[in-house]
Amino acid sequence: MAYDDPLKARKAKYNGMELLVCVASRYLEDGASVSVGTGVPVAAAMLAQKLYAPNLLVIFEAGGIAPLLPTMPISVGDSRTTHRAIQATSMTEVMDTLSRGLVDYCFLGGAQIDLYGNLNSTQVGTDYRKPKVRFPGSGGANDFGSLAWRTMVVTPQSARRFVPKVDFLTTPGYLDGPGSRERAGLPPGAGPYKVITNLAVLGYHPESKRMMVESIHPGVTLEEVRVNTGFELLVKDPLGTTDPPSEDELRVLREEVDPLKLVIGREAK
Amino acid sequence: MEGQGRIFTEVDPDLLRGCFRSKSKKLTNKVTSVKEAVQIHLHDGDYLAVGGFGGVRIPTALLHEIVRQGRKGLGFAGHPATHDCEILAAGKCFDRCDAAYIIGLEARGIPKMTRKYFESGAVECTEWTNAALSWRLRAAAMGVSFIPARSMLGTDTELHSAAKEIICPFTGKKYLALPALFPDVAIIHVHEADINGNCHIRGILVSDQDLARASKRVIISAERLVPIDFFRDDQEKTTIPYYLVDAVVEVPFGSYPGNMPYEYYSDEEHLQEWLTAEESPETYQAFLDKYLFGIRDFDAYLELCGGTHRMSQLRDLEYLRKPEGEGAD
Repeated sequence: MAYDDPLKARKAKYNGMELLVCVASRYLEDGASVSVGTGVPVAAAMLAQKLYAPNLLVIFEAGGIAPLLPTMPISVGDSRTTHRAIQATSMTEVMDTLSRGLVDYCFLGGAQIDLYGNLNSTQVGTDYRKPKVRFPGSGGANDFGSLAWRTMVVTPQSARRFVPKVDFLTTPGYLDGPGSRERAGLPPGAGPYKVITNLAVLGYHPESKRMMVESIHPGVTLEEVRVNTGFELLVKDPLGTTDPPSEDELRVLREEVDPLKLVIGREAK
Repeated sequence: MEGQGRIFTEVDPDLLRGCFRSKSKKLTNKVTSVKEAVQIHLHDGDYLAVGGFGGVRIPTALLHEIVRQGRKGLGFAGHPATHDCEILAAGKCFDRCDAAYIIGLEARGIPKMTRKYFESGAVECTEWTNAALSWRLRAAAMGVSFIPARSMLGTDTELHSAAKEIICPFTGKKYLALPALFPDVAIIHVHEADINGNCHIRGILVSDQDLARASKRVIISAERLVPIDFFRDDQEKTTIPYYLVDAVVEVPFGSYPGNMPYEYYSDEEHLQEWLTAEESPETYQAFLDKYLFGIRDFDAYLELCGGTHRMSQLRDLEYLRKPEGEGAD
């Protein structure tokens, strides 16, 4: 397929999921620990291990510690998560470890996210006894959002998902703004870090704790990001452009991390 | 903030001490059938907790039997509950649930009819997190009525839990007091057990050691029975000791269609068939009639799902082997 626009031609070399995985992987440094779920997060952690962070400690909440992942797991508790692992332990021990402050990064998602990074994975509708749609609930999300040092959210971006106020606050972001995590009793210094979407990378304003666009992906306009956000977005000055996936990243991702295209074969939206 | 949800179980450890005191500490033969284990140890209205991780190392044979015997009004620990929840929801077995993770099948999707069961108002939920339920079982295992924790604070998850905020007497910090969780019955699938109930679990333990300690009655299903010397010769293998256990059943492939680490991988095709069947009430009913209500026992289910041929394929998958006949390289 031929494109007139060179930007589109470059864009055509990778898909949305590949971009998400590559961008997410760059935030994981060597010697850090990360709790991952299935899908994009595990792919990002595997890619980081192969490219930048060979000693990244990968932790699965169900008890798998530092596996040598042979293939993508389907469940965060399945056999792949302990394949040649250093330890197969209990969920209780992983949660204790999290509470003691040994988990640097976690990846979360949700049906809704608000301007302070609070997440909803419990229900649509604000009446708890009569949800319009019920979702699985916190699982371990609230625990990681409360206690991991840096929470990263990987999610498709739309105005339906990026809302001024979540219907149900399952997992804490910055709650009501500056100081509210600490007032609630959550450990200081931990909390929201980045939001990586199909359109942009977002962070949080250091004072107001409100969500802020840091870089937009190649071929995406700031207007598109705004239209797909249900609240007023802050914009970092200067606004960056996300580095597209490199040839190296794409090769390792496609050939070694996800050859069966279990993650990168899906739609980013 | 104080959680508005309900606590579904006893919290006073002194009530439980009496119960645990009355358990026999004799080494005796506790082997029974799946049918009898459920008949004798699980009653309508009991609070049930399931070992494993939703679709990994789950006691499927016991779960099916609970549905076939028509247990109703159960309390249920959704910790984390995926395919186990799907099975019990098919029998409308429970009407109250401690919800940490419910309904969903992780990355596979959300079964629609199971979700409808929760949305219909038939199930009273109290919200928790995976850590909260693990720690609630830990508190019970310690024989105390609560445990302090640092998650859930400041959220609607806390508001709809049954936890209460407390101040640490040493540091002045705010904690969430989580009430101990003492289930009436735990059902846990293990790799090996002896006739007395000593158990060996390989791979992740989830919360199953604390679950066995915390529960009034414990039913074990095991891939295989082993002699007691299996434990006496290598005591590190005793994941759960016999005196916590009330009944033992031997069920090879007992976690099917779930994954059993080091034994067989999950049957993703069958799980997908079930998930797809939940798209409409008609296909759901037909599926359940075929695979759950219309068959006599778990052996018949395994046969229906492809029998030993299918099990050996899942073993190949678990060990990342190519199936026979496709050539090795």
